Amino acid sequence: MKGRYILERENILAPLLLLPVVIYVVLLVGFPFVMAFVYSFSNVTVGNPDYKIVGISNFIDIIGDRVFQRSLGNTFIFTFVSISIVLILSHILAEVLIREFRGKWLVRFLILMPWTAPIALGTIGYLWFLDSVFSPIDWLLRSSGLLGTPDSLLGPMSNMYWLGRSGLAMASVILVHVWRLLPLGTVILIAGMNSIPKEILEAAQVDGAGYFRRLFNITLPLLFPVIGVTVLFASLFTFTDMTVVWVLTKGGPPPHSTQVLASLAFLKGIQGGDLAQGAAISLFFFPVLAGVSAIVLRLAKKAVVT
Amino acid sequence: MAVVELIGIKKYFGHVKAVDGIDLEIKDGEFLALLGPSGSGKTTLMRLIAGLESSTEGKIIINGEIVNEVPPRARGIAMVFQSYALYPHKTIFKNIAFPLVVEGLNKEEIKKKVLWAAGLLGIGHLLDRMPSQVSGGEKQRVAIARALVRRPKVLLMDEPLSNLDAKVRHTAREELKLFQREIAVTTVYVTHDQAEAMGLGDRIAVMNEGIIRQIGTPEEIYHEPVNTFVAGFVGIPPMNFIEQDSVIIGFRPETFLPTELIPDKDLMRLRFRVERVENLGSHRLVYGTIGDAKVISNLSLPYSIREGEEYDFSVRLKDIRYFDKEKGVRIKR
Repeated sequence: MKGRYILERENILAPLLLLPVVIYVVLLVGFPFVMAFVYSFSNVTVGNPDYKIVGISNFIDIIGDRVFQRSLGNTFIFTFVSISIVLILSHILAEVLIREFRGKWLVRFLILMPWTAPIALGTIGYLWFLDSVFSPIDWLLRSSGLLGTPDSLLGPMSNMYWLGRSGLAMASVILVHVWRLLPLGTVILIAGMNSIPKEILEAAQVDGAGYFRRLFNITLPLLFPVIGVTVLFASLFTFTDMTVVWVLTKGGPPPHSTQVLASLAFLKGIQGGDLAQGAAISLFFFPVLAGVSAIVLRLAKKAVVT
Repeated sequence: MAVVELIGIKKYFGHVKAVDGIDLEIKDGEFLALLGPSGSGKTTLMRLIAGLESSTEGKIIINGEIVNEVPPRARGIAMVFQSYALYPHKTIFKNIAFPLVVEGLNKEEIKKKVLWAAGLLGIGHLLDRMPSQVSGGEKQRVAIARALVRRPKVLLMDEPLSNLDAKVRHTAREELKLFQREIAVTTVYVTHDQAEAMGLGDRIAVMNEGIIRQIGTPEEIYHEPVNTFVAGFVGIPPMNFIEQDSVIIGFRPETFLPTELIPDKDLMRLRFRVERVENLGSHRLVYGTIGDAKVISNLSLPYSIREGEEYDFSVRLKDIRYFDKEKGVRIKR
């Protein structure tokens, strides 16, 4: 009789229901994280699994490494520029998509498509778009006279070599990433905008505020928590992403023009076999991402929404 | 201040005729109550005056200027919304100051005017709080202060009291009337609550199905309704109707009394079968039938009435209103 209602007791049921996720987090997040931490202070390599603790020498080595410095810089540029563009574009898209118009469902569907496609496949599509010889973009530029003749605006060469010139390669990587993240940002912002009561915006209109005044004084402050969430997710996705870089440029063109931390960690730790340095590089994500999370969550908590 | 004229105003949403041809002149400093059931087009009409909707047809004139193409912010109007629509991320001070900031006044002037409006509504002690930290009644005052701070030509109010609880609503109504008189701003007040309309309005426009059924002083609307809709909509409980030959006879529940309680001689006597008596303290509502028609008597004098019995009731002839059976319009007799 005593054990009959045992599953209805909160102090037993609650831990039981939480158990699967705890096991999942410990095994697939906690364990690798601890391993990375331990490896980063050792001299372990793929070929030599027995290891010695070597202290912080791995960190000293990578901080002094020009390639690492460049990758770190690239990661920040990549993240910052991508997110800025995503925020602006997704706001514009959301503004359009909360209005009623014919064929709205089709536009929404098309905009959401990139999110449903596997990222590697989408990026391979772009690989062709940006091909050094067969790029349809180049073809368009050439046929509109912007490229390929001695006096054309973009130069006399027959192709742009998008992935072969360092500035253009970075721009290409960012472009593909923006394409990838735009649906997420748009959907989050649409949800946020729909949650602002219409009467508040009308009150501002009656109070004398024009479009930009309403945008900067009413809409954006009220959207702030939502924008915070968008920035958080977009930063996480961008900062840790290596798919786009790896498929498009593999960190090139030399010297490491588009190398980011994730791709460098993979290059060193897996392809180069130096697990210890790979682990040390990937640990650089930790303070940055923890910081971003803390700031955004705090700001979101502060902001008042009705 | 300002005169508002509406000429042939129509607003269609697709096939729905929200406002279907309205001519109306709101006088300078007048308090006009737009009264009607939900869906009668009263809120749409107010939004048209505000410029939040554009009319399908007709002209809106404020102080002689046609404002159809003028955006809301340039019409010199202010509006109090049903939900108050305070800016949740701004303090009460900044909420009230917003219209002035937009106007580009300097800090000194803004402060002076905000304090004036806050003082007028007795919310001076709330200025540093956030909207989420004040009560419903206080929010409503903030919304009114924000509307008044610019000294608008026209003040529009969309059921501003409907979110308040009954007790607060009563005092709020009282104060609203007092301060509207004080600042004498032309006011349009939308409500579905006839007690509010009767108590506040200098004139009442009763709306239904997108048109104005009657416009007049509260007394005119109550005592001289021009059709059965107005007669049946205004008054709690509403006017009683009984059909007789080709006409509908209407009389107010408080004029329908036991014959022996009426001193007059010119009476219409009716057999009243009582079904239910509701004792409300100051008066009793007696529900029953005359023939097939359901009628109500509002009895404030002592008189012994028992449910299930028939009584001799009467209405003074001068309290009876006659309506056309087909069209429901008033017939003079």
